[in-house]
Amino acid sequence: MGRTLAAAIGIASIAAAAVASAEPPAGAASCAGCHPASTRVTSPVPRLAGLDRAAIVRAMQDFRSGQRAATVMDRIAKGFTDDEIQAIAAWYATQK
Amino acid sequence: MKAGRRDFLKLGLAASTALFPLPGFAQGAGPRVVVVGGGFAGATCARALRQADPRISVTLVEANATFTACPFSNAVIGGLRELSAQQFTYDRVAADGIVVARTTATAVDAQARTVTLADGARLSYDRLVLAPGIDIRWGALPGYDEAAAAQMPHAWRAGEQTLLLRRQLEAMDDGGLVVISAPANPFRCPPGPYERASLIAHYLKTKKPKSKLLVLDAKDAFSKQRLFQAAWAELYPGVLEWVPLSKGGAVTSVDAATRTLVTDFGRHQAKVANVIPPQKAGHIADAAGVADRTGWCPIDPVTFESKLQPRIHVIGDAAIAGAMPKSAFAANSQAKTCAAAVAQLLTGATPSTPKLINTCYSLVAPDYGISVAGVYQPSASGQLVDVAGSGGVSPAGAPRATRAAEAVLAEAWFRTITDEVFG
Repeated sequence: MGRTLAAAIGIASIAAAAVASAEPPAGAASCAGCHPASTRVTSPVPRLAGLDRAAIVRAMQDFRSGQRAATVMDRIAKGFTDDEIQAIAAWYATQK
Repeated sequence: MKAGRRDFLKLGLAASTALFPLPGFAQGAGPRVVVVGGGFAGATCARALRQADPRISVTLVEANATFTACPFSNAVIGGLRELSAQQFTYDRVAADGIVVARTTATAVDAQARTVTLADGARLSYDRLVLAPGIDIRWGALPGYDEAAAAQMPHAWRAGEQTLLLRRQLEAMDDGGLVVISAPANPFRCPPGPYERASLIAHYLKTKKPKSKLLVLDAKDAFSKQRLFQAAWAELYPGVLEWVPLSKGGAVTSVDAATRTLVTDFGRHQAKVANVIPPQKAGHIADAAGVADRTGWCPIDPVTFESKLQPRIHVIGDAAIAGAMPKSAFAANSQAKTCAAAVAQLLTGATPSTPKLINTCYSLVAPDYGISVAGVYQPSASGQLVDVAGSGGVSPAGAPRATRAAEAVLAEAWFRTITDEVFG
């Protein structure tokens, strides 16, 4: 009985991690205010869905350090930690 | 993107349905969320709730068949854009499986968890989201009531008032005095009065160059002030004059019949007067008991749940969101945060700590844009605060190419956010 329960909890926590990863990490949903979610929209601001994870991370780090010129992303990137940037990049890379 | 995201969510849902039954809900009957108000906050939240968990039954209560957006409505007033470009239907919102109830919410019973509609019908909810935007504080400025607004438009809720102000400017003879009265904080769209002043000055400079614009302000400081003032000196010298509080800018009463604005220092008789009056959270917030003495709604910064009533969340302009301004971008960001928290609360889960963003563009001229941006998180004391080191305004002294690029980005932002919310 105890082992069954432990096994069930084990499955539950794995599933919880899977479900959690389907939700956008902190900050990610707000990107869609400017980065189009839909291909219908014409914008100089790129869609993030499906972009290479490492490319998103590099862009955010370069905006944050000032290495990459920006209009507004320098100010926004400074609000995110390395871990947050990694999570956001990983999430957008899996979106279509 | 949308189909792909739905498929992705289905996978997550299969797992969560099996392992995380919704507590307290009968088999087949999903939790019920009612969202009141179909602006940037409410429409975003309704759709985000369905995306987060399609088992949630969502009803959106909104009186208007068409939404008229405030961002870029100053360009309509300045003759640069038509009002139709500001208008959106709820067809795509309804297509997400959201019941759009075209009526007004008149009362909330927080104990019984019901919303009363204009026809007396009641909607039961498990969680209620209020996104009522602003109401005008009629009478807070002596002489300014609903009848006065027909003579001296506020144009602070876009639609007929926007067109009225534009028509008055078009009908004015060259050489007339236009006066804008800007309110004390807090109010919807902090840079809005100054963008409006800029685009009216642009209209006067190009169409009625002998005219003058006076901005009477109840404050000594305002959003993006240095950028606006530098641009005004460059673009509109001799056209636009800003009078701060300390120089007698606060309007203490108005007389609609003569379009006169009174300050402690004098009287200004305008040919066109735009009174941006004191504001408060939309009426239903007060009726639901979620507005405090300030007229706005204190909320928890993680869930946007009211600090005054359980199971009622408040988002957008009506909320007291700490460092976040009352803007469409902020409303959209808050709505997604709130929807994620509500979906988690309905399954008994603990909402994750959010991070929110705001970006607001203002046009000083058609090809001259400036912006303010911020990143926000809950503080230990339960407020939404700026993330240290982030955010700020466009650089001072930037070349015109940068200003032109921001004007292009401003329009792209509007297309993007309205497509996400209403498309």
